[in-house]
Amino acid sequence: MSQPIVPQKTYLLVFLCLIGLTVLTTGVAFIDLGPFNTVAALAIAFCKMLLVILFFMGVRYSSGLVRVIVVAAFFWFALLVAFTMSDYHTRSWTPAPDAWSTTAPPTHP
Amino acid sequence: MAHQFEDLDQQHEADTLGIWLFLVTEIMFFGGVFAAYAIYRWLYFAAFAGGSHILDIKLGAANTIVLLGSSLTMVLAVRSAQVGNRRALILFLVATMILGGVFLGVKAYEYNQKFVEHVVPSLDWAPEGEALKLLAPGGLDHAQLYFFFYFAMTGLHAIHMIIGMGLLLWLVLRARKDDFTPHYFAPVEVVGLYWHFVDIVWIFLFPLLYLIGGRY
Repeated sequence: MSQPIVPQKTYLLVFLCLIGLTVLTTGVAFIDLGPFNTVAALAIAFCKMLLVILFFMGVRYSSGLVRVIVVAAFFWFALLVAFTMSDYHTRSWTPAPDAWSTTAPPTHP
Repeated sequence: MAHQFEDLDQQHEADTLGIWLFLVTEIMFFGGVFAAYAIYRWLYFAAFAGGSHILDIKLGAANTIVLLGSSLTMVLAVRSAQVGNRRALILFLVATMILGGVFLGVKAYEYNQKFVEHVVPSLDWAPEGEALKLLAPGGLDHAQLYFFFYFAMTGLHAIHMIIGMGLLLWLVLRARKDDFTPHYFAPVEVVGLYWHFVDIVWIFLFPLLYLIGGRY
């Protein structure tokens, strides 16, 4: 598999898309969408990342092996965040006695 | 071509795979910081939003565009090496360095602003006036944590950029000696992949640090 020579126009187009998305994400920050502000910001960042990875980093033209490595990396990162957040989110669900608590538990008479 | 490879394509494949494996470790390296950020942003959202509103959104957005521009010149440099245009290769590499330098300059100005506003955690933490009004609702200690994240994340990113600038300088010197041909330009390509990765980190840092909680 030899790397194709991509026309300059393609790179320019990708760059313009990236600029457009940057302007969009900045603009959206000034509109009240509630919790969806964060969702929109991350979704736009994800699209920008895909553009950079696929075109600038040439993964679009890469072999299957390289693609598996790239996907695995982000999958692992997703696991890291998912398990960490699920831990912190669920800690309050089952209040357990806290050995380090400053307030002493009620003592038996 | 190195003697352990069957052909140029195989060598190219090995180069690409190698740098991607390194980038995987970088993703996990930055990933740990991003995960920690996610937890504390969730726990102390008000403080993080307050801290975010102190940052200059215009400088952040402008710097994002500068860095994206440097990625464009980087990819055009790789393309120039591919087609064997040495003059264009050197020109685009230098352009990438200049844009990287502009980014770091703006970043340095922003860091200095933090000292002016006394919102540097530990070293100069005494927010007053407008900054205090923004930070107080979320709790000053938690706001300080936001700025720890701000300096740690942008600092790590800036260190990566400084390393990248050094690599670019090395490429320029080699290109001047006519080291690269359309058959051999792996160093240009590999440094390019690293540079784009650093760009991706900023693509996430910009919304995560500058755009918390909206500006309406």
